[in-house]
Amino acid sequence: MIWVDTLLQGILLGGLYALFASGLSLVFGIMRLVNLAHGDLIVMAAYLILVLVTLLGLSPFVAVLTAMPVMFGIGWGLQKFLLNRTLEDDILPPLLVTFGLSIALQNALLEGFSADSQRLPTNALTTASVDVGPIALGVMPLLTFASAVLVIVGLNQLFYRTELGRAFRATSDDATTASLMGIKPANIFATATGIALVIVTIAALYLGLRANFDPNIGPARLIYAFEAVIIGGLGSLWGTLLGGIIIGVAQTVGAAINPEWQILAGHVAFLIVLLVRPRGLFPRAND
Amino acid sequence: MALLQTQGLVAHYGDFQALFGVDIALNEAETVAIIGANGAGKTTLMRSIAGVLRNAAQAVTYDGTPIGAHPADEIMAQGVAMVPEGRKLFPSLSVEENLLIGTYGRKVEGHWNLNTVYDLFPILGERRHNPGTALSGGQQQMVAIGRALMSNPRVLLCDEISLGLAPVVIKDIYKAIPQIKAAGASMIVVEQDIAQAMAVADRVYCMMEGRVTLSGTPDTLSRDDIHNAYFGASH
Repeated sequence: MIWVDTLLQGILLGGLYALFASGLSLVFGIMRLVNLAHGDLIVMAAYLILVLVTLLGLSPFVAVLTAMPVMFGIGWGLQKFLLNRTLEDDILPPLLVTFGLSIALQNALLEGFSADSQRLPTNALTTASVDVGPIALGVMPLLTFASAVLVIVGLNQLFYRTELGRAFRATSDDATTASLMGIKPANIFATATGIALVIVTIAALYLGLRANFDPNIGPARLIYAFEAVIIGGLGSLWGTLLGGIIIGVAQTVGAAINPEWQILAGHVAFLIVLLVRPRGLFPRAND
Repeated sequence: MALLQTQGLVAHYGDFQALFGVDIALNEAETVAIIGANGAGKTTLMRSIAGVLRNAAQAVTYDGTPIGAHPADEIMAQGVAMVPEGRKLFPSLSVEENLLIGTYGRKVEGHWNLNTVYDLFPILGERRHNPGTALSGGQQQMVAIGRALMSNPRVLLCDEISLGLAPVVIKDIYKAIPQIKAAGASMIVVEQDIAQAMAVADRVYCMMEGRVTLSGTPDTLSRDDIHNAYFGASH
């Protein structure tokens, strides 16, 4: 029964990693941009929620709703005025610029909030659990996983049921021909990054409620997100959820065997998938 | 005054100059054919008019307004749609989605909508849910034409719509041109197939090495004139 418990906890942890990764997957899927500042943007969103909670006395769940449009605006502006300028055939400029952005964000957060670790205030809900037979599942991990599934269902609906989704797919296929259809690729890319940062804000809420955060933890979140995206297959949203689950389960199983192996087990699982399926589990046909 | 006009249009790809001062005009309700061998600059001319390649503002005027420096999406929104060379359907989109993308972000009024495009090319209605790129070359070309029509353009630019297609398929596609004209679009048709171009055009421009070498109406141009303009007088 302990193993079933471990497995379930791993799957639920995978929901958090899928949330970290969905925004990265969305941005990569549409504009082939690997945003190395993604983890730092998650941490920045966590600080934004913390500021709203502290200054306005809001519950974190209300604060996240306030932070979402702000983060959308930041993402839109970041893409429109900075990252769009780096999108050429060469993959190096966006990597360098987002790497620089990552360092700048970490230092700005250090300057603004110091290196002390922070946490979003918890309440009874965040520590509650539900019993499923002999196994107790935390309400927060369940909420995190449900949010990840909702985000991915929502993104799929957006992609395949809306006019904006059609424009996302068309621009991803061929930005020049999309512009001949009256689409402004620069605005489509900006909207995609805006939406990615809304998802980042949701991820930040659960990050801040589950664990401590400080300005330097962004790169590690990026690695988990990156691994989930690669395992799933670049640009595949359901693949990203599965990738998150594989890392989550590997980590909890690793920790159950030896607590020191938790992080290592996640990376090893990633390497094994990379060896067996270098293009991930659900690669897009036209990548 | 011409509906669409280029004046002294030049175009470069890096250091390579592809167009050397091209002057063409398209009048309202007219179909103009642009013929020429591979590398004559026909596609570059279309891409320049459509805004894929930027120019000096005055190099292209549409309805009296300089549009040479406008981006492609704005030119499209003003009523100039293009069927690009090679069809360029979006592989991630179904046939119907490929058609609908032609109306992205705006309400368009006019003759063309999903139903009238399916009436023009009935096979597309039957295959509306298939991926666009799963269709045959001729059917893909129909999607590309339908996609451009969905915006109800005043000017339709057709770039090599017969390229790579069997003669019987080309015939089917060219059958649609009179209906497109009748619905009110003025057209520029780029072709290597001279016979097809002459059959649908009110006027013809022949291009060679980035310049217009001959222009006139199909009935006034002799076979030798076209041959010389197409291949150069020395051939």
